[in-house]
Amino acid sequence: MASHQEFERSIGEVVERIGHLKELANARGLDVDDELKRLEARLDELRAETFKSLTPMERVLIARHPQRPHSLDVIERIFDDFVELHGDRAFRDDPAVVCGWGRLAGRSIMVIAQQKGRNTKENLKRNFAMMHPEGYRKALRLMRLAEKFRRPIITIIDTPAAYPGLGAEERGQAEAIARNLLEMSLIETPIIAAVLGEGGSGGALGLSVADRIVMFEYAIYSVISPEGCASILWRENSEEARQKAASALRLTAPDLFELGVIDEILAEPQGGAHENWDLTASLLAEALQRHLDDLLARPVEELLARRYEKYRKMGAWAGD
Amino acid sequence: MTWFKKEKKKITAQKRALPGDVWAKCEDCGEIVYREKLAENFNVCLKCGHHFRIDPDGYAELLLDRSLEEEYDSDLMSVDPLRFVGPTAYAERYERALRKVGRKEAVLTGRGRVDGLEVEFGVMDFRFIGGSMGSVVGEKIARAAERALKSERPLIMVSASGGARMMEGVLSLMQMAKTSSALGRLHRSRVPYFSILTNPTTGGVTASFAMLGDVIIAEPGALIGFAGPRVIEQTIGQELPDGFQRAEFLLEHGMVDMVVPRPELKPTVSKLLRHMVDGQSG
Ligand SMILES: [Zn+2]
Repeated sequence: MASHQEFERSIGEVVERIGHLKELANARGLDVDDELKRLEARLDELRAETFKSLTPMERVLIARHPQRPHSLDVIERIFDDFVELHGDRAFRDDPAVVCGWGRLAGRSIMVIAQQKGRNTKENLKRNFAMMHPEGYRKALRLMRLAEKFRRPIITIIDTPAAYPGLGAEERGQAEAIARNLLEMSLIETPIIAAVLGEGGSGGALGLSVADRIVMFEYAIYSVISPEGCASILWRENSEEARQKAASALRLTAPDLFELGVIDEILAEPQGGAHENWDLTASLLAEALQRHLDDLLARPVEELLARRYEKYRKMGAWAGD
Repeated sequence: MTWFKKEKKKITAQKRALPGDVWAKCEDCGEIVYREKLAENFNVCLKCGHHFRIDPDGYAELLLDRSLEEEYDSDLMSVDPLRFVGPTAYAERYERALRKVGRKEAVLTGRGRVDGLEVEFGVMDFRFIGGSMGSVVGEKIARAAERALKSERPLIMVSASGGARMMEGVLSLMQMAKTSSALGRLHRSRVPYFSILTNPTTGGVTASFAMLGDVIIAEPGALIGFAGPRVIEQTIGQELPDGFQRAEFLLEHGMVDMVVPRPELKPTVSKLLRHMVDGQSG
């Protein structure tokens, strides 16, 4: 059962009542069908209402929802024969990013996915999906492997940021990200990036130079977190400042589509991806297959030329 | 310093880099120095070697024979694409920077010569909203890389930046991908790209074009990193060791090719260029 955030509280209450009612019916053999129908209708209504008018900060909370499906939850649902490969061949394996071969509709694919933990122990291992330089280098090594065997690459983006720590700086976090941006623009095989949850700044970008970027409806993608922006520009960490920052940054999927950064918004199950992992995964699988069909039909020169133009066009200015 | 004597013209120009009083205080050792003497020494503290900040004109004159011979894209301006609503409007901060600096953006690009060899040149201006990279900065740098590729002139970029320009949101982030893609094409050619890192170079600029040089040179003492020191301290909950993220630290950790004091910057770049450019000899 999904846990619920503050703005989903009334949804959570109805979900709980439905649960109780079903238990009661089972235990005592009561006929509760009418009442159940009424409550389920109410639930649909509430979800539609709540999700119709989400503020940008509420969308941030959905993108970070503790019950939101993470990369491995999606990978196990849509890829067959997934085999994880490890390490950057230089320093260590970075568990914040999971890389390996998987098969989607008969096609072998290199999957590169940022992995959050579900609890403290997992997060200790996964470092909250905040990658170190060796993670970006592992990803690049395996993207090169995909290129060598002419297999497409799918990256799944879900990270608050690249890790800001001592070791990360010592080992060249900036260089590792920069190198990926450059190399990904030249890799001679299709690349699709899917923003599943949080697209946290350079940490996300370092895996998302791609031919296509698809983004879930309530995922976010931003140059800085609302918290970081609030503390720098508003010089405070209040709820109000965070709300303002989240709105000002234009970090929602519709914003990114409008700004020309992403290619497609993937609708989420009613009430958000956390309400239905299976449906979420199948929606992604459908979109990935569709884009792969299209990209794999194009010569590699055309892919690279279009990939270049895609990023070359981004931004807005006057005075030309 | 024989080279220094040849370059009299540059020195007068560099005085402009530090306007104001006759005296300047070194922020590193506290020494009070006569500005004229400081300018004669490339704005490097005579006592401790601290490199005072100089402006883009200062670098153009330091590195190029006759400063910039042609400037490109000087009319490109930001347009506030998000209509960013902050404590101060982006448009207002932009106007203020424009008035203060007298230029339209945080990077200056153009063409010049290094000891006779034609180069494409770009230099960032930290005074302009912290040298932050928005759409215009990204666009000008991408164009500089494309010009270098087309003209086969080496590209030299001098960086000074706090990172991405927050007020352009995700569009500023995408400039990292744009500049790196443009450099990707340059990397596939045999046109050299030199990246010179000055104090400070952090965030999205470091994590894109600044760390992608065929040769990366840092100025002594320059702060260079991905995350800012304060963010790192907050994350790890401890103070950072002395010298962390300074140029010498990066050299020790294999992240830059050289740390070069300002007086030797041009001769070093010139020597390196001639090793790497066809048909030139030294
Ligand atoms: Zn000093």
